[in-house]
Amino acid sequence: MTATASPRTGPAPAGSVRGHRRARLVTAGSLLSLVLVVLAGIWVGALPLPPGAVVATLLDRLLAPFDLDVAGGLEPTGEAVLLQLRLPRVVMAVLVGAALAVSGAAYQGVFRNPLADPYLLGAAAGAGLGATLVIAYAPAQSLGPVGLVPLAAFAGALLGVGCAVLLGSAAGGSHSPTLLLAGVAVAAFLSAAQTLVQQNNTDDLREIYGWLLGQLGRSTWDDVLLVLPYLGVSCLVLVLCARALDVLAVGDDEASSLGVHPQRLRLLVVLAASMATASAVAVSGLIAFVGLVVPHIVRRLLGGSHARVLPVSLVVGGAFLVLADLVARVVLAPAELPIGVVTAFVGAPFFAVLLWRGARHR
Amino acid sequence: MTRSPAAGAAVEVVGLRAAHGRTQVLHGVRVRVEAGGWLGIIGPNGAGKSTLLRSLLGVHPHQGEVRVDGVPTSGMPRRQRARLLAYAPQLPVLPEGVTTRDYVALGRTPHRPLLAAPRAVDRVVVADVMGRLGLDALADRPVLTLSGGEQQRAVLARALAQQPRVLLLDEPTAALDLGHAQQVLDLVDRLRRQDGLTVISTLHDLTLAGQYADRLTLLSEGRVAAEGSPAEVLTAATLAAHYGARAQVVTGPDGPAVLPMR
Repeated sequence: MTATASPRTGPAPAGSVRGHRRARLVTAGSLLSLVLVVLAGIWVGALPLPPGAVVATLLDRLLAPFDLDVAGGLEPTGEAVLLQLRLPRVVMAVLVGAALAVSGAAYQGVFRNPLADPYLLGAAAGAGLGATLVIAYAPAQSLGPVGLVPLAAFAGALLGVGCAVLLGSAAGGSHSPTLLLAGVAVAAFLSAAQTLVQQNNTDDLREIYGWLLGQLGRSTWDDVLLVLPYLGVSCLVLVLCARALDVLAVGDDEASSLGVHPQRLRLLVVLAASMATASAVAVSGLIAFVGLVVPHIVRRLLGGSHARVLPVSLVVGGAFLVLADLVARVVLAPAELPIGVVTAFVGAPFFAVLLWRGARHR
Repeated sequence: MTRSPAAGAAVEVVGLRAAHGRTQVLHGVRVRVEAGGWLGIIGPNGAGKSTLLRSLLGVHPHQGEVRVDGVPTSGMPRRQRARLLAYAPQLPVLPEGVTTRDYVALGRTPHRPLLAAPRAVDRVVVADVMGRLGLDALADRPVLTLSGGEQQRAVLARALAQQPRVLLLDEPTAALDLGHAQQVLDLVDRLRRQDGLTVISTLHDLTLAGQYADRLTLLSEGRVAAEGSPAEVLTAATLAAHYGARAQVVTGPDGPAVLPMR
């Protein structure tokens, strides 16, 4: 028996010298593609904004306080489009994609289930109910600079997950199957309530569906600032917990025997991932498949260690959603596809191909 | 060769009671093992052997006291307990897509801050343990692709990387054929003698239990039915009384051997 990977192992095993080199390569590659995709996302649109001019404009704005001028920037119209429309939209796509991908990876680790996704515990259903209630009964209301819809969606998502966690721990400790089942029950109930409200307000159907399918087009800097603290803290907690998730992967008894508290860790990770999901849902609606596809791709490339998968998922998730948003804008231009349609439309076949190729390798 | 920082510890369990739901499984069990000894826990199915190990480890709720070198483990922080007791379950959960080396390195968890990356000392301990258990050539293979005997060695390596003073092994040979079972038990015995580790293991094969453990405790219906040296515990009378088994006990060169009879 030699130290080389057998053909059925798929990725070069992380942990070996080759694995370390591969991990560095994948990390660098994903960071590079994030930068490229962001530049492309800013470039493409009704008014093209070439990367050179964009970079010059941004540098000019950054260096203005130091009395430094950078030549070659955009025209005033272009600058306005860049700063008011494209940039907030692309930044939001990065944040939302990163949050959904890392919470997906975390949920999959915590529940030891590759099919777990960020919407599993009632976050999506709760957010849907909150948004539907506001669209139906309190349209065009706002609280300060921020619309009421994201706030209601955020509250609904947290409510959904909160109910699932409470019900799960009341019903049987925080054993993961009980928590999952509690999440399914809560999600079914909240979805039913959402459908009921929706059926009683058929005039608002279009707007409700538009929200449910996800959108980034209306993102403003206010939205970005609204979710940034929540997203930042929760993603940081998740990345810090990644090593502990590796310990949890050997089962609760063994994790305990290694000095970890499985229940506490699971609760912390579930709460942080739910907070990240709720923030993402609040500003972007329900964007399917990111939390499932991205961690899966990253695991294919890097192996199963959460310490590597979670941080890289963050980067790849951001890049993936910017790319999906770009496709959503381009395919039917000047009309836009809902981004949730794009992620599912692109994600599902891609996922199928991955599974098929994985099966052939085995 | 890295030795455990301290040799094995004496373990004493007094008045241990534990339940599964409403069913009482252990009724006031008392167990003792000397530092550096190997205590085999035997008994028919459902006697409470695994529950006893898991209570000892502190992962099953129980009443009664567990003392390691005279110190009760009940008030101990979990990480401190993890530096005393290491555990290999009957059916270890092996994570997907993780190499043998990364799996063994999990044993270092109680020795470093949970958020920190592995340090040089962790890598040295892991490399040393893997060398001793003959896992070097398998280090970069996903642990799930190893054979049954190799996986059992990987689990042992993970437990040893914890540098514990007591090894708790739940049926370490359950999934192995006779040859591989003997290899694993020989290995445990060698590690015990080299490092002075204390070993407490459940074993369903009575002959192997008698050959490797120096003391046996026979559990039956949640109570200690017999304890002592293998020759004292393994008698045709006790096997008939507690296992309902027809067996002859013959004295082999390495202690009593249990011979089933039709």
